[in-house]
Amino acid sequence: MVNRGTLPPFTVVLKGVEDAVRDGLARAMDGLAALALTTDEASNVELVLAEALNNVVEHALAGSRGQTQIEIRLRHDAAGLHITIVDFGQPMPAGKAPRGRAPNVEVDLGDMPEGGFGWFMIQTLAESVGYARTENANHLTLTLAVGR
Amino acid sequence: MELTSSEEHGLMIVAVQEQRIDAAVALAFKDRMRDVTEGGSATVLLDLNHVQFIDSSGLGAIVAAMKNLGKERRLVLAGLTPTVEKVFRLTRMDSVFGVFPTVDAALAELRA
Repeated sequence: MVNRGTLPPFTVVLKGVEDAVRDGLARAMDGLAALALTTDEASNVELVLAEALNNVVEHALAGSRGQTQIEIRLRHDAAGLHITIVDFGQPMPAGKAPRGRAPNVEVDLGDMPEGGFGWFMIQTLAESVGYARTENANHLTLTLAVGR
Repeated sequence: MELTSSEEHGLMIVAVQEQRIDAAVALAFKDRMRDVTEGGSATVLLDLNHVQFIDSSGLGAIVAAMKNLGKERRLVLAGLTPTVEKVFRLTRMDSVFGVFPTVDAALAELRA
């Protein structure tokens, strides 16, 4: 097995608002340069991270008006890239990450769904998805089989 | 959200001059598309050659733009870069839109 690159663990912190997501995402992707991911692997990571961060801002931190932060913790090992997103917002309903459904595209054009694809994308592209709630924080863990 | 448009060969070509259609700009994209396509040709060709990244919000905004055109008009896509193509393929939205590799290929097939 060729070890394409090693990566000391790092954390990206961003404000918990929609406006901060692009920059936080870019900083996380920049930090992964040492892994020398293929363009396909990198785009999978970027998609999973973007969807997860959008979800945190939209649901966990709705109404918090940017008064709290999101942490993206990244580390890599032989199994791949492990991402933990920590936020201090509302807990996930049902205490676990949604499985997400593939959009139903077998409908009239006028009824085509415009949303609800985010968790489906995350679950499709990530090897595993986990969720835990500590006393006041959400921990979403995502593993992608990349950089191996 | 910069979109440029032209009418050519009986269709409207709208080119997205942005690298990302994501949650940050999805609403702006929908609004701009509505403005730009109003009163235009029945077939709208969306040129996505500059777009390197869309997330599910961006995809939803493109679907919304298609629905906004109404039953008498259609939205086709050209120039999907790899990540954009992946998002359409995973969600099977590539079966919903006509997708062409290039604007020229689209024009060759669709020109009036």
